[in-house]
Amino acid sequence: MTVSATEHVKNANAPHARGGHPDLALNIRGDFPIFSRRFDGQPLVYLDSGATSQKPAVVIDTISSYLSERNANVHRGVYALAQESDAAYDGAREKVAGFVGWEPRTTIFTKNVTEAINLVAYAWGRAKVGPGDAVLITQMEHHANIVPWQVLCRERGAQLRYLEVDERGELSLDQLDRELSKGDVKLVAFTHVSNVLGTIVPVAEMTARIRAAGATSLVDGAQAVPHMPVDLSTLDADFYAWTGHKALGPTGIGVLHARAEILDQMQPFLTGGDMIASVDFDGATWNELPYKFEAGTPPIAEAVGLGAAVDYLTELGMERVREHERELTGYLLDRLQEVPGLRFVGPPEAENRGGLVSFTIEGMHAHDIAELANRGGVCIRAGHHCAQPLMRCLGVGATARASVGVYNEVSDVDALIDSLLAGLKVFGL
Amino acid sequence: MDDLYRDYILDHYKRPRNFGELDPHDMEGLEHNPLCGDELGVHIRVKDGKIEDLRFHGHGCAISQASASIASEELMGMELDEVAELDADWAIDLLGIPVSATRRKCALLGLKVVKGAVTGDNSWPVGSA
Repeated sequence: MTVSATEHVKNANAPHARGGHPDLALNIRGDFPIFSRRFDGQPLVYLDSGATSQKPAVVIDTISSYLSERNANVHRGVYALAQESDAAYDGAREKVAGFVGWEPRTTIFTKNVTEAINLVAYAWGRAKVGPGDAVLITQMEHHANIVPWQVLCRERGAQLRYLEVDERGELSLDQLDRELSKGDVKLVAFTHVSNVLGTIVPVAEMTARIRAAGATSLVDGAQAVPHMPVDLSTLDADFYAWTGHKALGPTGIGVLHARAEILDQMQPFLTGGDMIASVDFDGATWNELPYKFEAGTPPIAEAVGLGAAVDYLTELGMERVREHERELTGYLLDRLQEVPGLRFVGPPEAENRGGLVSFTIEGMHAHDIAELANRGGVCIRAGHHCAQPLMRCLGVGATARASVGVYNEVSDVDALIDSLLAGLKVFGL
Repeated sequence: MDDLYRDYILDHYKRPRNFGELDPHDMEGLEHNPLCGDELGVHIRVKDGKIEDLRFHGHGCAISQASASIASEELMGMELDEVAELDADWAIDLLGIPVSATRRKCALLGLKVVKGAVTGDNSWPVGSA
């Protein structure tokens, strides 16, 4: 099926449509030091949180104080300093697991979502997927949730199939049912929130069907966990991955949550130090969960930083975070309609979207849109957003993408619109 | 006056010279800019070791389209040996605007596809897609 870009539809529920600016739930920009920067005298207007988030001072300070006061390797030392480092690292795991309603023992730290998915593709996939089996993913996946499955299926003689995206940018549960009824699907891997369309996927409805069919589910939560309440005990995925740097934490730390009975059966992904129980010259036995899957010295300072980030988000309240970003996204969708020739892709209502909007402007390439936005100090993304197959589906070479975070304000959207309108003038449009 | 989007750049973007297909042709090339999904192809007709005629086709940003359009006028009639020796500075100088590191690939896409068609070597410029 070919997906066409959704014509912008009047967003009747947006506060702006009722007149005036929305009252946002949060006013916390002062917590983020980067916003004191100026570009050509202009304040930073950061609308690229879908790529990475900015960091609050509490995260930066926590990492700094860990390195200044508690730095030692983990799980080895008997001295007091090492015990403090252990407590900081394992404490961070407890916070991170608790943040999404999961157990620390089955919460594995990785480098990022890409590594988390590769862990599953190698350590689970190569044992469980064979010739005649199928892996089912969707047309709206990030490359991180496509390429590992392409490689796995090619290597194991399995088939890779795709759930289609409809003209609203949504998936069909009926098509999922049809695919599952073929009986060959071993794994269904899908995103929680599309990084291009913004679509919020009904995870619980999907995982219930997948479980009933005896298949395993993996959810890419990179664009969801930082932006809305996520309770893994109700979403009921077998594997759920997300990343720290999009969630106000540092780079280099990702998270994989999984069911204990699955992890117990799996062989390790990476092998070496820290993931073993004992080693002799003939072989080794594996450490207990979650350490079996964390070979080598882990990203300790990064984990501690992510712990501070989820504390910060918890204090804001994820319901309020979602409310803030929903209001802002509604305002963004509404104001984008003022830009001549602009079309956005994905669901027309903020209610059904995460905090991002991808769009094209007639007569102006996405790179030029982003370049001209930058003249106004506005940071937006341009390109294929690591989703080339979807872009081909949408029939566009590239889109511009504005994405919001907890620190964004109404004035950021206004600055974007001003810069787009000024850009149109430069292009004589 | 905008530093980057000067009038002649936008003019070449909106009305690209020597764009379309050329059949029959003696040489052809096609390149993608993986960063943005842009695609640029070229058809070249050769006579006496020179480019007799050439047409670009595809889609891309203002910088890549204008760069190809401007270059097309210079490439017409050029010796193939000379085309093989053209370097990045030639294309950047011809474009005549300050090009940032991230837009450099856009500015070089036109020359890249032509050099690939003429020399059969798609690796130019080294270290760049």
